[in-house]
Amino acid sequence: MSALRIYVPGDAAAVACGADEIAIAIASSAAKRKIAIGIVRNGSRGMHWLEPMLEVATGKGRIAYGPVELADVESVLDAMIGDGGDHKLRVGVPEEHPFLKTQTRLTFARCGIVDPRSLDDYKAHGGYKGLAKALTNPTGIVEEISQSGLRGRGGAGFPTGIKWKTVADAKADRKYIVCNADEGDSGTFADRMIMEGDPFVLIEGMTIAGIAVGATKGFIYIRSEYPHAIAVMGEAIDTARRAGMLGKKVAGSNFEFNLEVREGAGAYVCGEETSLLESLEGKRGVVRAKPPLPAHKGLFGKPTVINNVLSLATVPIIMDRGAAFYKDFGVGRSRGTMPIQLAGNLNYGGLFETPFGITLGELVNDIGGGCFTGRPVKAVQVGGPLGAYFPPALFDTPFDYEAFAKRDGLIGHAGVVVFDDTVDMAKQARFAMEFCAVESCGKCTPCRIGSARGVETVDRIIRDENRAKNIEVLEDLCNTMKFGSLCALGGFTPYPVMSALTHFPEDFGARPRLQAAE
Amino acid sequence: MPSYEPWSADRTAQITREHQGLEGPLLPILHALQEEFGYIDEAAEPLIAEALNITRAEVHGVVTFYHDFRQAPAGRHVLKLCRAEACQAAGGDALAARAEARLGVTMGNTTADRRVTLEPIYCLGLCSVSPSAMIDGKVVARLDAKKLDSLLAAVDR
Repeated sequence: MSALRIYVPGDAAAVACGADEIAIAIASSAAKRKIAIGIVRNGSRGMHWLEPMLEVATGKGRIAYGPVELADVESVLDAMIGDGGDHKLRVGVPEEHPFLKTQTRLTFARCGIVDPRSLDDYKAHGGYKGLAKALTNPTGIVEEISQSGLRGRGGAGFPTGIKWKTVADAKADRKYIVCNADEGDSGTFADRMIMEGDPFVLIEGMTIAGIAVGATKGFIYIRSEYPHAIAVMGEAIDTARRAGMLGKKVAGSNFEFNLEVREGAGAYVCGEETSLLESLEGKRGVVRAKPPLPAHKGLFGKPTVINNVLSLATVPIIMDRGAAFYKDFGVGRSRGTMPIQLAGNLNYGGLFETPFGITLGELVNDIGGGCFTGRPVKAVQVGGPLGAYFPPALFDTPFDYEAFAKRDGLIGHAGVVVFDDTVDMAKQARFAMEFCAVESCGKCTPCRIGSARGVETVDRIIRDENRAKNIEVLEDLCNTMKFGSLCALGGFTPYPVMSALTHFPEDFGARPRLQAAE
Repeated sequence: MPSYEPWSADRTAQITREHQGLEGPLLPILHALQEEFGYIDEAAEPLIAEALNITRAEVHGVVTFYHDFRQAPAGRHVLKLCRAEACQAAGGDALAARAEARLGVTMGNTTADRRVTLEPIYCLGLCSVSPSAMIDGKVVARLDAKKLDSLLAAVDR
């Protein structure tokens, strides 16, 4: 009998829930029983309330169990040996679980399934087919990406094809591909999951980008809060280089492409692209004024494609299946799928990749299952610390860049953070200003000074000092920050503040007149 | 518990040399120094500045800009509690208050016996299994009062 193949996720969310200890316990229990097993540290499937979710390969496919605690190890191993037999924690075939079955996994097609350390496994699951197609017509790559309608998944939603074309058309002796993996928004973890669960897809995406625009060097700037992702990406790059998928002759072609991982140092503002470039150059992460665009003068002054992890990780499937296939998903100008991250006070938190157009209410109530505290949902923040707070009254908003913008909100990097009715929205507004004050790079006045004044003003409102007057001051301040800041940090901090004030005036002790602002 | 070497000018120069060939070497150098010594000694700044042909002010500016870089050693253990929104939504405020009360220090400070440094962190990307924390580099999720107390007991040495 061949060795029993057992999957214990190495994803940081699973590890934080005890997966490392469980992997050790499974191995030692199997050794004691003299049973041959092979443990694969896969990524996470994204059903995080079931983590650590273990799987065993059987004749009927993979069978999952979760959430497994140390005390369950012996009995779960019994069930696994019994060909994926019964157990109180048995989840069954993961793909059949409603949470996964209702998703459309394009970017996350392999995450949780493959061994992230194995290039062979990656190739066996369709990996590097995108690059192979790209190499048959390198000059057609930019057009294919443009046709797919892919927009920057980092938050701004800028068309990826236009960015690439600008760099491709630029004349320079050196160009760069930079991957923004400084996923600092609370409520987001999709970049982390893909880097830990399917690192080669990012390498492939960046390689295709390099070939498309004529860049031979790429950097992946990963935040220091993600030590697992840094380790997995570094290892994957070494593996790809040894296999000839990176280096002087990528996959035996005449294209050269090399990659390097760089670690951030705990500055939220470095998620802003120009600040990230400064940081990569070894400077303080101070935002640059645009123009010049990074596409013209980016890293070390050279034309640079800077894209989010998810944008680049989606490139291989677009090249493999074609622009039309990808574009077919979605609504309006939001094409394709979005890996949405469900977080905070939710029963079923995790990663849910779906075509644009699903409503916020479906995400929070039907898929997320409402608050784990059993209390009603009061507010949902979409898009990280710079995203608006929406009340249940806006749950009919479809997940779509334009629809959220129309309601004074934003999708951002698609993090959805749910709060129950114990949340004090004046406190959340204060936190937004405080966070901006701490993280501001200091270059522009509206952000640097505005946020500090914002904290003071919210404090005055909370203390009921000249409330009506101070609410006016806060509105005015937000307006100045929104239109006067250099980047999204100062420019978008008004979203959580103003949405809290608009939708939850009772928390500010304000008159209902504010509701008219909607 | 992480262990560090005492600061040395020779070792600093050596680490700087090892990274000097990189494009944009300053952050990798600072990370490596902090990994070696646990912090970045002020005396390292002029050495790095000279090696990279930049001003000491530029090096100092970078050291002080980023939250990660320490200018003095931390306590023997470092407990970072996530204070971002997803953890706030899941009861993070109460846990932060509990940690402060138990340790007798506020966020960003080290206990008088140098045992623990308590710091806020803004997002570990564990938002679906919040509240979360990082203790001496190890991630922990689904924190509650009981789990936090056991973490605090583990660093009670």
